[in-house]
Amino acid sequence: MIAVDDLNVTFHNGGRSIHAVQGISFNVAAGETFGIVGESGSGKSTVLKAIAGLVPSTSSVLEVDGRPAARRRSRAERRLLQLVFQDPYASLHPRQTVDGILREPLVIHGVADIDDKVMAAIADVGLLPMHRFRYPHQLSGGQRQRVAIARALILRPPVLLLDEPTSALDVSIQAEILNLLANLRQSYSLTCILVSHDLAVVAHLCNRIAIMQLGKLVEIISAADLRSGTVTADYTRELIAASRGFTRAPSQNQVVLS
Amino acid sequence: MTDPLLTVEDLNVTFPGRETAVRAVRNASFTLGRERLGIVGESGSGKSTTGRALLGLVPRPGIVTAKTMSYAGQNLLQCTERDWQRLRGRRMSMVMQDPKYSLNPVKTVGAQIGETCLLHLGMTRKQAAARTLAMLEAVRIRDPELTYQLYPHQLSGGMGQRVMIAMMLVAEPDFLIADEPTSALDVTVQNEVLRILDDLVSERGMGLIFISHNLTVVSSFCDRVLIMYGGKIVEECAARDLQNARHPYTRALVAAAPSLDIQRTELATVTRDPEWLK
Repeated sequence: MIAVDDLNVTFHNGGRSIHAVQGISFNVAAGETFGIVGESGSGKSTVLKAIAGLVPSTSSVLEVDGRPAARRRSRAERRLLQLVFQDPYASLHPRQTVDGILREPLVIHGVADIDDKVMAAIADVGLLPMHRFRYPHQLSGGQRQRVAIARALILRPPVLLLDEPTSALDVSIQAEILNLLANLRQSYSLTCILVSHDLAVVAHLCNRIAIMQLGKLVEIISAADLRSGTVTADYTRELIAASRGFTRAPSQNQVVLS
Repeated sequence: MTDPLLTVEDLNVTFPGRETAVRAVRNASFTLGRERLGIVGESGSGKSTTGRALLGLVPRPGIVTAKTMSYAGQNLLQCTERDWQRLRGRRMSMVMQDPKYSLNPVKTVGAQIGETCLLHLGMTRKQAAARTLAMLEAVRIRDPELTYQLYPHQLSGGMGQRVMIAMMLVAEPDFLIADEPTSALDVTVQNEVLRILDDLVSERGMGLIFISHNLTVVSSFCDRVLIMYGGKIVEECAARDLQNARHPYTRALVAAAPSLDIQRTELATVTRDPEWLK
């Protein structure tokens, strides 16, 4: 569904240039959920933005659904994928109601039966009809992220790109959003790329996981490998150890609670 | 743990509102010895407000009441602003969550840390500079001389957090509150910062209150944990027993977190019971 070969992204800032993504290649099959993990500055979000066409990139292959994903895209190509961003407090228009936010993509793409579609989208993400005319500031963080997901899915895209969708939320709310994503993935038969710094979240939702460090791909492993610790790169091992909690001595490999 | 460093009994923090008052902390009682005490809870559970109340930093119009709130024999409830100034920074301090917002953006790192030495320890400028450099080295900053001259915006998150810890520890307080000190950091850096705090507790015999929403970190780092819900301490347990907690809220929190060890098809969600607040 998504093919990426030798993806490079360079940002120019004054006289300096930053090679944020360096020769990344991977494929995501239809219906698969692919995870990308890494620390801040590893370029994981930039990969997503490059696929979405939000940053200029060069590559030998960058395809979504068999079509080249260029910087300039036709309306039909833009319907293929949607993004959900990290911070639901920043990514929703503060002066628009939920109805306005959900309606906009439908109007842009000239879709019929807008009212019904908005109501259906609200129900699909577990919100109530009474939320339809609320403003984002009248909703909780979890509810806002539900609105962002509803907006992303309202055009029924085959591909959903998720950039840290739960890292601004409490554990209990994160559980609700992750369950929602798992259910929607099934009912909408979505192909997803999930970017996160949280290994447990990625292992929970994804089939295969790419580990990135400083713009480079370290390795691609399966979720089962991640759980069992059968990895080849030292960096991945270090990342897994660090996510399992605090250890008194750096080398000591004590058993800690999950 | 012979004599508790800090004793809190029946602590209440209330923010009066137009119609109803918000009770941010409700009847919280606990003691702290020379140990690592974790406070976990979700946003709005009152964990940070508890920390602020202990330092007399609850903003107006918040009202703090308690039966007892004493630190090393001193009654904190009767502290005047002057008494607080002598305590805060010198005997007790607090590391805040985000170095981006908690450091003074127009002062260099060296000047900010040195200020504590000049103010609380009565040092000369030269002594203060030497002590600041030693402290930066103690929190494992690679190039203390260089970092000394930098402004906060020139620091990375992990460095900023270390600078904050250095600033809080330069006067060698024996009680530290760390409010989500590692939430803004990457996991690998997080462990380095925790290790610094850990050494300080074991080497200097400091009492530490560690506020966090991250159950994995708290259960692996702390000795004891208080679980707060809606301003109330609903459970207290040994950190390593967090998985076997008894209170339904704690159990629900543990079950809601995705885990690297167990594959769950669906994560448990938290069903809240108004009874928990009674």
